[in-house]
Amino acid sequence: MSKEQKYWKFHGGVHPEFHKKESTTRPIATLKLPKRLIIPIQQHIGAIPELLVKKGDYVFKGQMIAQMHKDQLGSTLHAPSSGTIASIEKHSIPHPSTLEDLCIELILDGQDDWGDCQLEAIKDFEQCDNTKLLERIENAGLVGLGGAAFPSFVKVNSSVKQGIETLVINAAECEPYITCDDLLMRERADEIIDGIRILIKLLNPKQCLIGIEDNKPEAIAAIQQASKSFDKIQVCAIPTLYPSGGEKQLIKILTGKEVAVGGIALDLGILCHNVATCCAMYKAIVKGEPLISRIVTITGDGVKQPKNIEALIGTPVSDLVAQAGGYTSKAQRLIMGGPMMGITLSNDNTPMVKASNCFLVASTASLQQAHSIHASQAQMPCIRCGKCMQACPAKLLPQQLYWHTQAKDFERVAEHKLNSCIECGCCDFVCPSHIPLVSYFRFAKSEIRAQEKLLEKSNLSRKRHEFLEFRKAREKQERDEKRRKHKEALQKKKAAMAAKKAANGGTSANDPKADAIKAALARVKAKKIAREAQVKSGH
Amino acid sequence: MEFETDSSPFTGSTSNIASIMRQVLYALIPGIAVMFFFYGWGVLINIILAIVIALSFEVISLWLRKRPIKPFLSDYSAVVTACLFALTIPPLAPWWILMVGLFFAIVIAKHLYGGLGYNPFNPAMIGFAVLIVSFPLQMTQWIQPHFMDGYLPSLLESLHIVFNGFEVFYNLDQWDAMTMATPLDDVKIELKAGHYFSEIMQTRPYGLVSGKAWEWISLSYLIGGLWLLYKGIINWRIPVSLLFALAMTATIFGWIEPDTHPSSLFHLFSGATMLGAFFIATDPVSASTTPRGQLFYGASIGFFIYVIRTWGNYPDAVAFSVLIMNMSVPMIDYFTQPRVFGAKSEKKS
Repeated sequence: MSKEQKYWKFHGGVHPEFHKKESTTRPIATLKLPKRLIIPIQQHIGAIPELLVKKGDYVFKGQMIAQMHKDQLGSTLHAPSSGTIASIEKHSIPHPSTLEDLCIELILDGQDDWGDCQLEAIKDFEQCDNTKLLERIENAGLVGLGGAAFPSFVKVNSSVKQGIETLVINAAECEPYITCDDLLMRERADEIIDGIRILIKLLNPKQCLIGIEDNKPEAIAAIQQASKSFDKIQVCAIPTLYPSGGEKQLIKILTGKEVAVGGIALDLGILCHNVATCCAMYKAIVKGEPLISRIVTITGDGVKQPKNIEALIGTPVSDLVAQAGGYTSKAQRLIMGGPMMGITLSNDNTPMVKASNCFLVASTASLQQAHSIHASQAQMPCIRCGKCMQACPAKLLPQQLYWHTQAKDFERVAEHKLNSCIECGCCDFVCPSHIPLVSYFRFAKSEIRAQEKLLEKSNLSRKRHEFLEFRKAREKQERDEKRRKHKEALQKKKAAMAAKKAANGGTSANDPKADAIKAALARVKAKKIAREAQVKSGH
Repeated sequence: MEFETDSSPFTGSTSNIASIMRQVLYALIPGIAVMFFFYGWGVLINIILAIVIALSFEVISLWLRKRPIKPFLSDYSAVVTACLFALTIPPLAPWWILMVGLFFAIVIAKHLYGGLGYNPFNPAMIGFAVLIVSFPLQMTQWIQPHFMDGYLPSLLESLHIVFNGFEVFYNLDQWDAMTMATPLDDVKIELKAGHYFSEIMQTRPYGLVSGKAWEWISLSYLIGGLWLLYKGIINWRIPVSLLFALAMTATIFGWIEPDTHPSSLFHLFSGATMLGAFFIATDPVSASTTPRGQLFYGASIGFFIYVIRTWGNYPDAVAFSVLIMNMSVPMIDYFTQPRVFGAKSEKKS
């Protein structure tokens, strides 16, 4: 399907050097089994799953090793290959916090043995029950492979419940250097389309738009070929402009709609999924393989043979680099993700995770733009030139945000809508004063969050205190009320008795109590007499 | 293997402040060339002297403020300030005029407020404003353009005049004869004298729409400004809104009373209108920075230029209009924040 499609523009954006060619010359390689895997237990947005294995356990390939509780946001985890669990302890993970987290160290036996852990292959998904498909998506540990690692089941399930109009497939891949989606589309277009068809079956949207930046003509052609016979699927070759692969930006480009501040795509009747996630969905359902591997780009002038590798989750970066020919002398920075939004890693012992789309090993010089003699120049004061504002895809005023952040006037920063900042790095990229704006904004965001938490806490304790005071007052009032009623009742009784006494003229002749006593006495007497008589007659 | 860590993004652009400032200087070249053609060596002496003085003040200020000297000296911002300032000073003005003006521009307006990027007011205009208030005589004596009497002092003579005063060569009457008010001033005086604008245009030695020299100078600034727009150094909003507002105001008043109000073309091509629109009001540090704010800022300057030129007592109005609006920038910026992506289109309360 290549109907004339109208595209909208989002504000700003930049054209960094894309460096895609380096890693697209070679086909996707399959990594030979590494000796060990380091599998972080939490690789997704949400809660920490519950471990199902312990140290010393033997696990099969595809065996579930960590599970989510029902109704919790999160995802399950499977052993990527067979072997023995050597340890479960803290290890460095690829996370911006640079903190360590709990990881399963799995020593592989080289058998790559599924045991009986492979899931049932659902070849004919078109005839399959939706509940079963959803269950599979949940059990296969699928998360968004674009980088955010949001649990796919939660996203799909809420879309099924609410119903959507448009399914957007994000294949823009706008970050420089990264080509894993590009190669995936070139080589496995049919699998991707099958994955998309599964989503279409589940959601029954009116249309499905696949957004691919037009710097990937091979991928566009492959997907177009594969989707030819499906009317709902439409391939959209969008202009190359960073960050068109941002979910909100892509939705704007393809549909002209803006996801509201603080809202999600579903509010507009749109579900957006990454193209690699669709392929993983295909694998999970049609092949019965949970998410245990993904395609990752190893690139940059710091590796000898930049390429894309299909590797097991948990493979240490050093193994991936070895597969890409090893380091060159220029290896100065190790970045997970791209040069605009990636995070640097301090060592290559770190494992790849479900969210790892690229490892970029590069010299600092190559990361700077070519011909840039001044790029290494020191930071200068902001001259309010407004280049950042022109580049900002969120339509913010980075120059003002920076000004107020510097003054630590976080209230003003919040007023300037810092929470809409997606940290895409465009402002930083264009700044002629070379101010690390995104770093300032991250700092401001964390400060604002801290302040909000503090405010929340003090609000809560104020509420608690107020409730305590209220309760004390209420109890006192209740006590007083009770006491008053009691007193009143007593007084009434007394008054009634006094009135009665007065009415009976002080005598108790008709007093029922006295009569009763008399009657009882008479009964006792009669009984006594009767007993005595019995005793006598018995003798 | 261990790696250094850092925070994204890791890649950056090629532009820097120095390159921006250099482009501004290049864009001034046509204007400077035309001014040199009409007013002779005094123009270049002003510029060179201003650059030397400005850089000296810059170095001293940086040194006193214990700031690194090299990066700030090589950012060309002081050179741009010096050039813009020099172009507003009459050629052959005494050297100390430049000295006093640049002291206020660089030391007071720029460094006392925190240096590059922190000055709320346009430094060159502060220098100019101080001078026009303090030394109105020296600041209004523009030498006659060379086509008027065909004579301009030579380089040596010019240097003598600048450093030792015109008295070296001329007596006061001769000097008075050599200098004249700018067309802006001249028209104002003539209008006050009861002449009609159309009459003035015909009887005075003017060009097509304004002073013979000034319309060419303005045109060359316009060309330089368009080049800056083309290069993306400045944004269209401030210059366009400024020129539009000035032209519209002039047109409206001209329509009400054409005889006593100069035409809009006269306003656009007189005095510092073009220099102000493209080079001074667009100084990013002291200008409004939001899209809507820039429109308002530019239009207000254009309006004030007309008001001060028409009813004020000063020969030109760009400096004061720019300074007035500089003051309002924080407020303008606050109230003209653009709608962020995904925000409701309703007006914010």
